[in-house]
Amino acid sequence: MDSSPTITLEELIEEFEALGDWEAQCEFLIDLGFELPKLPPELKTEETRVRGCQSNVWMVIELKEGSPRTVEIRAESDAMLVNGLIAVLLSIYSGKTPREILAVDVQDIFHRLGLDRHLSTARRNGLHSMVQRIREFAEQAARKESHAES
Amino acid sequence: MAEQGFNVLKIREDFPIFSQRLSGGKPFFYLDSAASAQKPRCVIEKEIEVYEQYYANAYRGVYEFGARVDEELDGGGDREGVREKVRRLLGASSAEEVIFTSGTTMSINLVANAWGRKFLQPSDEVLITLMEHHANLVPWQRITAERGAKLRYIPLSGDGRLDLAALDELLTSRTRLVAVTRMSNVLGTVNPIDVITKRAKEQGALVLVDGAQSVPHEPTNVLDPPIDFLAFSGHKLFGPSGIGVLWGRRELLEAMDPFLCGGHMISEVYLDHSTWAPLPAKFEAGTIPIAQAIALGAAVDYVDAIGWTAIHEHEQQLLEYAWDRLTEVPGLTVHGPGLEHRGPILSFSIEGAHPEDLAQLLNLKGVFVRHGHHCTMPLHDHLGVPATVRASFALYNTREDVDALVEGLHFARKKLRLA
Ligand SMILES: Cc1ncc(COP(=O)(O)O)c(C=O)c1O
Repeated sequence: MDSSPTITLEELIEEFEALGDWEAQCEFLIDLGFELPKLPPELKTEETRVRGCQSNVWMVIELKEGSPRTVEIRAESDAMLVNGLIAVLLSIYSGKTPREILAVDVQDIFHRLGLDRHLSTARRNGLHSMVQRIREFAEQAARKESHAES
Repeated sequence: MAEQGFNVLKIREDFPIFSQRLSGGKPFFYLDSAASAQKPRCVIEKEIEVYEQYYANAYRGVYEFGARVDEELDGGGDREGVREKVRRLLGASSAEEVIFTSGTTMSINLVANAWGRKFLQPSDEVLITLMEHHANLVPWQRITAERGAKLRYIPLSGDGRLDLAALDELLTSRTRLVAVTRMSNVLGTVNPIDVITKRAKEQGALVLVDGAQSVPHEPTNVLDPPIDFLAFSGHKLFGPSGIGVLWGRRELLEAMDPFLCGGHMISEVYLDHSTWAPLPAKFEAGTIPIAQAIALGAAVDYVDAIGWTAIHEHEQQLLEYAWDRLTEVPGLTVHGPGLEHRGPILSFSIEGAHPEDLAQLLNLKGVFVRHGHHCTMPLHDHLGVPATVRASFALYNTREDVDALVEGLHFARKKLRLA
């Protein structure tokens, strides 16, 4: 399964600006959600489930072979808007190295997209849980790398 | 749909929030009164009056403002106090049995701790139902575990009513208390408190009624059937948040230990022990929500002036209309019983649509509903769905609200590629 993002961050920010209001942006996010590749059912386990979400989210994060090693994220929710938010996260994080991931100021991006204003607190907490999951993975991977280097 | 003497458009004018528009001038449709109700101007103004004209702590000062606050709360001169208004609302025999709390949650926790810790013995049982809000479930879970007592549940029938056939087996001489909601905050089911109370009394058990959802929609009478405790929240009865009520039968309240300890609830304090103030102060430790309690009185007066018959008729007509219109939406299932057994609450699922998506998409159309488990996880396990969407109505809702909901659901289905 291809985990390359359905949209780049630049495209996303442009699109959000063009759409203008939250109503159109929210509908666009749901459309993005429909384009998100599905996770194979066998990967939707208790282990891959992200806690702290109102809806179910399953997330699989792996290090890709190659040099430098980049992070591959696959995720799916049973709510379409959440799938749209996953697409946003993929556009932010996908194909980055662990250190690049840790350097991202994701709050700033959410702010530029207006997500910090338009999402409910509960939804924001869910989004935050997904970000946490990705950052924790990146931290561990980065730590292992420095270990290997030294 | 104007009933005689009841004009919903006039009612809406009493609520300043309904003159609000969303950004872009869009209207909004408030269908979440079961979570919290909007406030009429008289409630808002009463709270402002307290702060602007005579604010002081309650039950502390002999000076004029303090005395006025006490009068507002407990009456005096020609003034009817809030406690007396609530006593009338509940049909109770004494205003001293009306305890101010922060809401239903606090009221039930008070009984679980102050009654449960003192009177529950190992081998005793507390009986609740599968449809309880966590506020009438978790406190009993904790106190029964602490006391080595057992918590049992009345199961539900297929259509979301209490399975009363199971009562014979569940309600026995071991049962010390039956704690049950009068109206389910998810299914809308109105439970037969009369039947339950009669059976409980036969076994010598007490009855606590969670009135959070019922008190805003129907007349309440704690003496008929003769229950023992009733809890409700001011904010669902068009009153301020932060204030609620526990009503309890005097003998029970007197026999119970205090729950919270501190100022105002004592009679004498010595270095090694204290004695308790008489009711209701014994259960009102610390500073109560003063302005909120006073403004609760305005909310009680407000519903009183409109009258339960008019409120009930209006809400039932609206419920029927909503019920009929929702059946137009393909794939929609309303959870819970038929109209004759429910209050103005409709929780539903739409095949293939996640409740969170539905609520988000409805919000885009200005339709305000709640989604989630509504603090009833065991009930949702029973329903076999993790979450539902809930639309709930109050005296200020109109057919336009229902129409907006139905249109919003059609729009949501389209966006979710179900239509
Ligand atoms: C049936 C029921 N019980 C208890 C509560 C808790 O009320 P509060 O949060 O005001 O304490 C609610 C509120 O949602 C309810 O619907």
